[in-house]
Amino acid sequence: MSLQEVIEKLNLSVLTDPKDFSELTPSGGYAADLLSCVMAGAKQRNLWITLQAHLNIVAVAALLDLTAVIITEGAAPDAGTIAKANEEGVTLLSTNRPTFEVVGTLWELGIRQG
Amino acid sequence: MPDAFESVYQVLGKDFSNAGKVSTSIKDTLKRLGISPAIVRRVAIISYEAEMNLVMYASRGKMALSVSREAVTLNVHDEGPGIPDVSLAMQEGYSTATAEMREMGFGAGMGLPNIKRCVDKMNLESTPGKGTKLEMFINLQPEDSFRESGYFDSEDKSSS
Repeated sequence: MSLQEVIEKLNLSVLTDPKDFSELTPSGGYAADLLSCVMAGAKQRNLWITLQAHLNIVAVAALLDLTAVIITEGAAPDAGTIAKANEEGVTLLSTNRPTFEVVGTLWELGIRQG
Repeated sequence: MPDAFESVYQVLGKDFSNAGKVSTSIKDTLKRLGISPAIVRRVAIISYEAEMNLVMYASRGKMALSVSREAVTLNVHDEGPGIPDVSLAMQEGYSTATAEMREMGFGAGMGLPNIKRCVDKMNLESTPGKGTKLEMFINLQPEDSFRESGYFDSEDKSSS
Protein backbone atom coordinates (compact mmCIF):
# COMPACT_ATOMS: atom_id res chain seq x y z
CA MET A 1 0.00 0.00 0.00
CA SER A 2 1.35 3.41 -0.97
CA LEU A 3 1.74 6.32 1.43
CA GLN A 4 -0.81 8.19 -0.69
CA GLU A 5 -3.43 5.52 0.07
CA VAL A 6 -2.53 5.59 3.77
CA ILE A 7 -2.97 9.39 3.82
CA GLU A 8 -6.38 9.09 2.12
CA LYS A 9 -7.71 6.16 4.17
CA LEU A 10 -6.75 7.80 7.48
CA ASN A 11 -7.56 11.29 6.28
CA LEU A 12 -4.16 12.55 7.43
CA SER A 13 -3.03 16.16 7.13
CA VAL A 14 0.26 16.62 5.30
CA LEU A 15 2.33 19.14 7.27
CA THR A 16 5.49 19.13 5.17
CA ASP A 17 6.13 19.85 1.48
CA PRO A 18 4.14 17.60 -0.86
CA LYS A 19 5.95 14.70 -2.53
CA ASP A 20 4.72 11.99 -4.88
CA PHE A 21 3.36 9.89 -2.01
CA SER A 22 2.01 7.29 -4.43
CA GLU A 23 5.64 6.38 -5.19
CA LEU A 24 6.42 5.67 -1.50
CA THR A 25 5.56 2.31 0.05
CA PRO A 26 5.95 1.99 3.82
CA SER A 27 7.78 -1.20 4.85
CA GLY A 28 5.71 -1.45 8.04
CA GLY A 29 4.92 0.55 11.13
CA TYR A 30 6.27 1.29 14.59
CA ALA A 31 4.53 3.11 17.44
CA ALA A 32 6.34 4.62 20.44
CA ASP A 33 6.85 7.97 22.11
CA LEU A 34 10.27 7.14 23.57
CA LEU A 35 12.92 8.12 21.07
CA SER A 36 15.36 5.38 22.12
CA CYS A 37 12.67 2.75 21.53
CA VAL A 38 12.17 4.11 18.05
CA MET A 39 15.92 4.15 17.37
CA ALA A 40 16.12 0.52 18.44
CA GLY A 41 12.88 -0.78 16.96
CA ALA A 42 11.79 1.14 13.87
CA LYS A 43 13.01 -0.21 10.56
CA GLN A 44 13.98 1.57 7.37
CA ARG A 45 10.94 2.99 5.48
CA ASN A 46 8.60 2.32 8.43
CA LEU A 47 5.79 4.66 9.37
CA TRP A 48 6.33 6.02 12.89
CA ILE A 49 3.20 6.73 14.90
CA THR A 50 3.76 9.02 17.88
CA LEU A 51 2.29 11.88 19.82
CA GLN A 52 5.67 13.56 20.06
CA ALA A 53 5.70 16.69 17.91
CA HIS A 54 8.94 18.44 18.90
CA LEU A 55 12.01 19.14 16.81
CA ASN A 56 13.94 16.03 17.83
CA ILE A 57 11.59 13.66 16.01
CA VAL A 58 13.01 14.95 12.73
CA ALA A 59 16.55 13.70 13.41
CA VAL A 60 15.21 10.28 14.45
CA ALA A 61 13.10 9.96 11.29
CA ALA A 62 15.99 11.14 9.10
CA LEU A 63 18.54 8.83 10.73
CA LEU A 64 16.31 5.79 10.30
CA ASP A 65 15.12 6.71 6.76
CA LEU A 66 11.49 6.45 7.86
CA THR A 67 8.81 6.89 5.20
CA ALA A 68 6.77 9.29 7.37
CA VAL A 69 5.91 10.30 10.90
CA ILE A 70 2.21 10.22 11.82
CA ILE A 71 1.67 12.62 14.72
CA THR A 72 -1.46 11.67 16.66
CA GLU A 73 -3.94 13.27 19.08
CA GLY A 74 -3.73 16.59 17.27
CA ALA A 75 -0.25 17.35 18.59
CA ALA A 76 1.10 20.18 16.47
CA PRO A 77 4.78 20.60 15.57
CA ASP A 78 5.95 24.21 15.49
CA ALA A 79 7.06 26.01 12.32
CA GLY A 80 10.74 25.34 13.10
CA THR A 81 10.11 21.60 13.29
CA ILE A 82 8.25 21.60 9.97
CA ALA A 83 11.01 23.67 8.34
CA LYS A 84 13.65 21.27 9.66
CA ALA A 85 11.66 18.28 8.39
CA ASN A 86 11.48 19.84 4.92
CA GLU A 87 15.20 20.47 5.02
CA GLU A 88 15.87 16.81 5.89
CA GLY A 89 13.28 15.42 3.48
CA VAL A 90 11.20 14.00 6.34
CA THR A 91 7.43 13.75 5.81
CA LEU A 92 5.27 14.79 8.78
CA LEU A 93 1.59 13.83 8.82
CA SER A 94 -0.98 14.53 11.51
CA THR A 95 -4.35 13.43 12.77
CA ASN A 96 -6.61 14.18 15.71
CA ARG A 97 -7.19 10.47 16.28
CA PRO A 98 -5.32 8.69 19.09
CA THR A 99 -2.36 6.38 18.44
CA PHE A 100 -4.36 3.23 19.29
CA GLU A 101 -6.95 3.98 16.62
CA VAL A 102 -4.37 4.93 14.00
CA VAL A 103 -2.37 1.75 14.59
CA GLY A 104 -5.57 -0.32 14.49
CA THR A 105 -6.58 1.18 11.17
CA LEU A 106 -3.10 0.71 9.69
CA TRP A 107 -3.20 -2.93 10.80
CA GLU A 108 -6.55 -3.39 9.10
CA LEU A 109 -5.04 -1.91 5.95
CA GLY A 110 -2.40 -4.64 6.05
CA ILE A 111 0.50 -2.62 7.47
CA ARG A 112 2.55 -4.72 9.88
CA GLN A 113 5.59 -4.23 12.03
CA GLY A 114 8.44 -5.10 9.73
CA MET B 1 46.48 6.58 -0.26
CA PRO B 2 44.29 7.15 2.79
CA ASP B 3 44.30 4.53 5.55
CA ALA B 4 41.23 5.85 7.26
CA PHE B 5 38.65 8.57 7.01
CA GLU B 6 38.63 10.77 10.09
CA SER B 7 36.45 13.60 11.19
CA VAL B 8 35.85 15.42 14.49
CA TYR B 9 32.56 17.10 15.39
CA GLN B 10 31.89 19.56 18.21
CA VAL B 11 28.70 19.18 20.23
CA LEU B 12 27.24 21.77 22.58
CA GLY B 13 25.37 20.67 25.70
CA LYS B 14 21.71 21.65 26.18
CA ASP B 15 21.49 22.67 22.53
CA PHE B 16 18.36 20.63 21.76
CA SER B 17 17.62 22.54 18.55
CA ASN B 18 20.81 21.17 16.95
CA ALA B 19 20.68 17.78 18.63
CA GLY B 20 21.03 14.98 16.10
CA LYS B 21 22.88 17.16 13.61
CA VAL B 22 26.23 15.44 14.13
CA SER B 23 24.64 11.98 13.85
CA THR B 24 22.93 12.98 10.62
CA SER B 25 26.24 14.25 9.29
CA ILE B 26 28.02 11.02 10.33
CA LYS B 27 25.33 8.97 8.62
CA ASP B 28 25.66 10.99 5.40
CA THR B 29 29.44 10.56 5.53
CA LEU B 30 29.19 6.78 5.90
CA LYS B 31 26.73 6.57 3.02
CA ARG B 32 29.07 8.65 0.89
CA LEU B 33 31.94 6.32 1.79
CA GLY B 34 29.85 3.40 0.58
CA ILE B 35 29.39 1.64 3.92
CA SER B 36 26.66 -1.03 3.87
CA PRO B 37 23.15 -0.02 5.07
CA ALA B 38 23.22 -2.45 8.03
CA ILE B 39 26.40 -0.86 9.39
CA VAL B 40 25.12 2.66 8.68
CA ARG B 41 22.04 1.86 10.77
CA ARG B 42 24.14 0.60 13.71
CA VAL B 43 26.38 3.66 13.58
CA ALA B 44 23.32 5.94 13.34
CA ILE B 45 21.94 4.40 16.54
CA ILE B 46 25.17 4.64 18.55
CA SER B 47 25.99 8.14 17.36
CA TYR B 48 22.47 9.42 18.07
CA GLU B 49 22.35 7.91 21.56
CA ALA B 50 25.83 9.20 22.38
CA GLU B 51 25.06 12.64 20.95
CA MET B 52 21.82 12.88 22.93
CA ASN B 53 23.58 11.85 26.14
CA LEU B 54 26.11 14.60 25.52
CA VAL B 55 23.43 17.20 24.71
CA MET B 56 21.32 16.25 27.73
CA TYR B 57 24.01 16.01 30.39
CA ALA B 58 27.31 17.62 29.38
CA SER B 59 28.30 21.23 28.78
CA ARG B 60 30.27 20.43 25.64
CA GLY B 61 32.12 17.64 23.93
CA LYS B 62 33.63 16.14 20.82
CA MET B 63 32.67 13.20 18.68
CA ALA B 64 35.51 11.70 16.63
CA LEU B 65 34.66 9.37 13.76
CA SER B 66 37.23 7.12 12.18
CA VAL B 67 36.48 4.72 9.34
CA SER B 68 39.05 2.24 8.12
CA ARG B 69 38.66 -0.92 6.09
CA GLU B 70 38.43 -2.89 9.34
CA ALA B 71 36.20 -0.84 11.60
CA VAL B 72 34.12 2.21 12.32
CA THR B 73 35.30 3.87 15.53
CA LEU B 74 33.38 6.60 17.31
CA ASN B 75 34.99 8.29 20.30
CA VAL B 76 32.93 10.68 22.37
CA HIS B 77 34.61 12.83 24.96
CA ASP B 78 32.59 15.27 27.01
CA GLU B 79 33.05 17.82 29.74
CA GLY B 80 30.19 17.20 32.10
CA PRO B 81 29.01 15.79 35.40
CA GLY B 82 30.29 12.29 34.64
CA ILE B 83 28.54 9.04 35.54
CA PRO B 84 28.89 8.14 39.25
CA ASP B 85 27.93 4.48 38.76
CA VAL B 86 28.69 3.16 35.27
CA SER B 87 27.27 -0.32 35.86
CA LEU B 88 23.98 1.21 36.98
CA ALA B 89 23.93 3.48 33.91
CA MET B 90 24.38 0.41 31.69
CA GLN B 91 21.21 -1.14 33.09
CA GLU B 92 18.17 -0.87 30.86
CA GLY B 93 15.55 1.40 32.39
CA TYR B 94 17.89 3.29 34.70
CA SER B 95 17.84 6.99 33.94
CA THR B 96 18.72 10.27 35.58
CA ALA B 97 16.79 12.32 33.00
CA THR B 98 14.73 15.27 34.18
CA ALA B 99 10.95 15.46 33.78
CA GLU B 100 11.45 17.88 30.91
CA MET B 101 13.70 15.44 29.03
CA ARG B 102 11.25 12.60 29.64
CA GLU B 103 8.40 14.67 28.27
CA MET B 104 10.35 14.93 25.01
CA GLY B 105 10.66 11.17 24.85
CA PHE B 106 14.20 10.93 26.22
CA GLY B 107 15.25 9.33 29.47
CA ALA B 108 13.94 5.84 28.80
CA GLY B 109 17.14 4.45 30.26
CA MET B 110 17.87 2.78 26.95
CA GLY B 111 20.67 4.90 25.53
CA LEU B 112 23.73 3.01 26.74
CA PRO B 113 22.02 -0.42 26.45
CA ASN B 114 21.10 0.46 22.83
CA ILE B 115 24.71 1.37 22.18
CA LYS B 116 25.96 -1.87 23.73
CA ARG B 117 23.67 -3.91 21.49
CA CYS B 118 24.98 -2.20 18.35
CA VAL B 119 28.74 -2.24 18.95
CA ASP B 120 31.31 -5.01 18.78
CA LYS B 121 33.26 -3.38 21.59
CA MET B 122 32.91 -0.36 23.84
CA ASN B 123 34.87 1.33 26.62
CA LEU B 124 33.23 3.74 29.01
CA GLU B 125 35.31 5.77 31.42
CA SER B 126 33.83 8.47 33.54
CA THR B 127 35.17 10.85 36.16
CA PRO B 128 32.43 12.41 38.27
CA GLY B 129 32.66 16.18 38.11
CA LYS B 130 34.90 16.13 35.03
CA GLY B 131 33.44 14.20 32.17
CA THR B 132 32.91 10.98 30.28
CA LYS B 133 34.84 9.19 27.57
CA LEU B 134 33.00 6.65 25.48
CA GLU B 135 34.78 4.62 22.80
CA MET B 136 32.71 2.52 20.42
CA PHE B 137 33.85 0.06 17.77
CA ILE B 138 31.94 -1.65 14.99
CA ASN B 139 33.88 -4.18 12.92
CA LEU B 140 33.59 -4.10 9.15
CA GLN B 141 33.60 -7.17 6.97
CA PRO B 142 35.03 -6.77 3.45
CA GLU B 143 31.50 -6.63 2.02
CA ASP B 144 30.50 -3.81 4.39
CA SER B 145 32.89 -1.20 3.24
CA PHE B 146 33.53 1.28 0.54
CA ARG B 147 31.34 -0.19 -2.13
CA GLU B 148 31.04 2.10 -5.13
CA SER B 149 32.63 4.92 -3.19
CA GLY B 150 35.99 5.12 -4.84
CA TYR B 151 37.42 6.24 -1.50
CA PHE B 152 40.09 3.54 -1.53
CA ASP B 153 40.19 3.21 -5.29
CA SER B 154 43.92 3.60 -5.57
CA GLU B 155 44.39 0.66 -3.19
CA ASP B 156 41.77 -1.41 -5.02
CA LYS B 157 43.60 -0.90 -8.29
CA SER B 158 46.99 -1.83 -6.93
CA SER B 159 45.65 -4.99 -5.31
CA SER B 160 43.72 -6.21 -8.33
